[in-house]
Amino acid sequence: MPNYTLNINGKQRYVTADEDTPLLWILRDELDLVGTKFGCGIAQCGACTVHVDGIATRSCQMQVSILDDVKITTIEGLSDDGKHPVQEAWKAIDVPQCGYCQAGQIMTASAFLEENKNPSTDEIREAMHGNICRCASYNRIEKAVKVAAKKMA
Amino acid sequence: MKSKINTNFSRRNFLKTSVLASGGMLIGFNFLTACKKDAEMPVDIESLNFNDFNAYIKISDEGYVTIFSPNPEIGQGVKTAMPMIIAEELDVDWGKVNVEQAALDTKNFKRQVAGGSQSIRASWDVLRQTGATAKQMLVNAAAAKWNVDAATLIVSKGVITNANGGQLGYGDVVKEAAVLEVPEDVKLKETKDYTIIGKDATNVDINKIITGKPLFGLDYKADKMVIASVLRPPAFGQKLTSFDDTKAKTVNGVTEVIKFGDKIAVLASSTWAAIKGKKALTATWADKKLESTENHDKILTDILDGKKFNTRREDGNIKQAFAAADKVVERTYHSPFLPHNCLEPMNFYADVTQDKVHLVGPIQTPQWTVTRVAKLLDRKAEDIHCEMTRMGGGFGRRLYGDFALEAAEISSLAKQPVKVVFTREDDMTAGTYRPSTKYRIKAALKDGKITGYHLKEASINGNMYGLVPNFFPAGCIPNYKVDTGNYKSNITTGAWRAPYTNFLAFAEQSFFDELAGELGVDAIQMRLDLLQNVKNTTDKRIQYSGQRMEDTIKLAKDKASWGKTVAGIYQGFAAYYSHNTHVAEVADIELKDGYPIIKKVTVAVDCGILVNPTGARNQVEGGVLDGIGHAMYADFSFKDGKPEYKNFDTYRLIRMQETPKVEVHFVDNELSPTGLGEPGLPPAGGAVANAIHAALGKRLYRQPFVNELKKSNVLG
Repeated sequence: MPNYTLNINGKQRYVTADEDTPLLWILRDELDLVGTKFGCGIAQCGACTVHVDGIATRSCQMQVSILDDVKITTIEGLSDDGKHPVQEAWKAIDVPQCGYCQAGQIMTASAFLEENKNPSTDEIREAMHGNICRCASYNRIEKAVKVAAKKMA
Repeated sequence: MKSKINTNFSRRNFLKTSVLASGGMLIGFNFLTACKKDAEMPVDIESLNFNDFNAYIKISDEGYVTIFSPNPEIGQGVKTAMPMIIAEELDVDWGKVNVEQAALDTKNFKRQVAGGSQSIRASWDVLRQTGATAKQMLVNAAAAKWNVDAATLIVSKGVITNANGGQLGYGDVVKEAAVLEVPEDVKLKETKDYTIIGKDATNVDINKIITGKPLFGLDYKADKMVIASVLRPPAFGQKLTSFDDTKAKTVNGVTEVIKFGDKIAVLASSTWAAIKGKKALTATWADKKLESTENHDKILTDILDGKKFNTRREDGNIKQAFAAADKVVERTYHSPFLPHNCLEPMNFYADVTQDKVHLVGPIQTPQWTVTRVAKLLDRKAEDIHCEMTRMGGGFGRRLYGDFALEAAEISSLAKQPVKVVFTREDDMTAGTYRPSTKYRIKAALKDGKITGYHLKEASINGNMYGLVPNFFPAGCIPNYKVDTGNYKSNITTGAWRAPYTNFLAFAEQSFFDELAGELGVDAIQMRLDLLQNVKNTTDKRIQYSGQRMEDTIKLAKDKASWGKTVAGIYQGFAAYYSHNTHVAEVADIELKDGYPIIKKVTVAVDCGILVNPTGARNQVEGGVLDGIGHAMYADFSFKDGKPEYKNFDTYRLIRMQETPKVEVHFVDNELSPTGLGEPGLPPAGGAVANAIHAALGKRLYRQPFVNELKKSNVLG
């Protein structure tokens, strides 16, 4: 199996894996970064969202072999201490129910707010539409993104 | 106002105390049953034994409180709410309370806790009593130190004050308190004195969730563990005849392929390798009896048309009521099978060795699972230890331990620790589905009143359980009958969030909306009038309260500005009692290019005392949106035994742009708290269907609504 060097959360990580292995399973199985979740495996639910060069990306669809020149950020690397404005907003609004989808939601929201500093409600709803929350904590996700947007503006 | 909750309890054998070797006091208690007489308290945290006590409280020398709760979290918020109840009576500062899921790898990890929407209701008294008893022991210890009467001492936020102004913190008296006799007849607080209960408390796992710490079953790892991906019969009713694993074994990382029963497990050093290995298997299957949705539709209709029913409740004379009616209205309502689709796919860890069987994973029924694994492997139950992790959703699916049994069987054959991991496709196609069900409801109308009501249920594998036939409108209509009929299928079915009522409430509440139209009365007023008939009932079988339902409906009516016409807004109403909680909902719909857009749902809930308002509101918001999502979009079907939906590209769950704002209001009372995980869901579908009728003049009889709207060209 080939070797790969990945830049994850600001660190060089070395892995040996088949070239078609999705980043999701590299993170979870090889690097013990289990905050990135497996939900559907076909880029439909958003539970596995990470940042690739700052862009919210479904890690279940990213093969390890094409990631040598990019910077990857996972929920574990979003902030040192859970103090990213999106994480703080999630806490202030008490968003989670089961909590399983929330890392993916936070990664989608944080990338979106870097791009759009003053989003409208419709823009937020569109940006978050790709992330499923099976507990349907959607009202609170929407509210938390608004709270975070104010902090990041 | 005098408290309506019980505030007097006499001592029972429900808690024990010990002094911790490392300092501080440990209180062990059991909120389901009394502790065993010979149960021994540990003197160190490492050896907490959840077999004898299912929860522990530690009070350190510094006065910090740690509550070790083995109760698993599905997302319903009990891991936060239950400790809040203890802390209230213990009279400590919530900011100094730490809640820990008991460590996963302790020596004694037997736990016997059942979860479910009854958690708070069932444990309310015991949790309060435990907190109050522990507090009394601390106060008694301080009284002995000062040599004064304990009754003269005042407690606030973990500090005991005497008449002279002298103060002792809980930490100062833990050693003495731990060896005192457990007091009898402790006095519990009046609700007006609550400082923690009723105040918002953030989910206790919030920091771990937002930073991605390992919490869930899928995150669990152990030494030498391999991942198993299992190929199961693709259709219900198929048996394995032969398979070829040559290709699978060439996949990097695949270590072994094991046939067990009609399934084949591919074991690998990583999840991806296991999934690839499974895909590389080829197998042939023999068909036994393959069922399809088309057949089910006909079978259930035949049941409704036939005469083979079990009568679940009968009042008055239904025949006479229909014979004497001015008008008879009859409607039939249809629902599909539904998968649960917990976002964390089913998974379970098992390590079966000669000495013991170690099980770890997301499961709501650990005790049942242990019993079944013991039988499967012919082992003693006491050799099997089952640990629960946080669960990425439950909705009923994790009551069924099929995945744990698979893990145990594979580990037993492979002689190594194994974690079975379902893919989404496995999860959706090897489900324990909400069965397809049909209701036919017939009402007799005479002199502007509903004089007769006959509900028939045709369902697959199971029928509405226990007391559901005694929910509304039982007791409101003099001639009333509930009949159920059944068909046995080889498709596995089971509980799904708010079992039966998740669909029954839609059918019944849509029907009442139609009856109000027939009678020319306001839909809400009609329910309020009906409820007068049950208010003074002496019928002990009636499960709901006419008064509480009336108060709940009135609150929703008021908050939603019901009937105060706003141009372009169409309203629909539904109310339902389930899981001991009364709920009323008003949906507001707007038409956009002829499409119904759900803008807002106003909800009124009577769940008694609110322990944690933010958590409670979260449950209701989610329940309502979940109810709307499944009523609107969720379709599921079988063809020749095979599920026709496999993943989220075709199976539709509600997403953010389809969600209305949910506005939740609670009826203010001082009654004991009741369930909240489920009761918000059942009325949602009915409220939306009735609003769609108000907007478009179209009645919906079949879920999902989106298919019906497409058929009538409302949606392109």
